Amino acid sequence: MEVVRNNGTLEISEIDPFLAELLRQIPESANPEAVPAAEQRLYSAPAGPNEKELCAEWKIYVEPELRRLFQSATETVASDLAQLAEKEKPFANGTLRIPQEHSDAWLNALNQARLAIAAKYDFSDAELCDYYRSPIGSRRDLSLFQVNFYGFLQEFILREMDCERFPASNG
Amino acid sequence: MTSAMQSPEITEEVRTKEALDLPWQVVVHNDPVNLMSYVTMVFQRVFGYPKEKAEKHMLEVHRDGRSILWSGVRERAELFVQQLHGYLLLATIERTN
Repeated sequence: MEVVRNNGTLEISEIDPFLAELLRQIPESANPEAVPAAEQRLYSAPAGPNEKELCAEWKIYVEPELRRLFQSATETVASDLAQLAEKEKPFANGTLRIPQEHSDAWLNALNQARLAIAAKYDFSDAELCDYYRSPIGSRRDLSLFQVNFYGFLQEFILREMDCERFPASNG
Repeated sequence: MTSAMQSPEITEEVRTKEALDLPWQVVVHNDPVNLMSYVTMVFQRVFGYPKEKAEKHMLEVHRDGRSILWSGVRERAELFVQQLHGYLLLATIERTN
């Protein structure tokens, strides 16, 4: 697999079918439904248990906004991933082009997926640092590989985004 | 009787105002999944911190388990926490002791 920046687009080429399948799983993996631990992690409490009123208001007013934001990011990623289906030969390596303006959506969706998978399998710190564990073994090993692969993509996208150009917001 | 009823209402109002005026702080908690470079980028974006300051807070989170990123009025603190949750960071708003 090769990753290069090409005219404002991140181009990931030579994606083999296995990695292409892992990429295709991003939107589904980001969905925390039916996994309470993942739901709890993606929509964590904004304050301690003593701040009952604040937490209750958050559930009503803020959480729906967050759900919309996360869904929008996964939809953008899903639309980009449609490129992987446009191959002449089913088992040929694929190419994925991510427009620069989709970088934020990718970072967000990859993060959703990583957090949801990690919460689902309750990976330990040691496991999360075990970058060389083979994905061939169990569903758990494959999921750990998935978390690390998505992390690699995040690192690459972050490196390509020039941090200095981030505007100072309302700080 | 009117006077007796007004008194507790005023007390309640004062207490609420005092609670609102108390400084609040935005705390980010450690998370083994979020990448260090990602957390640094988020601090730069949300708080407008220069990279060095953002990295200092990121390392504090990593080393100590939490870092106070900002303190001030409640509404602003809530907004910051909302933004941080939008980036999927573990962040809370807390009353300053």
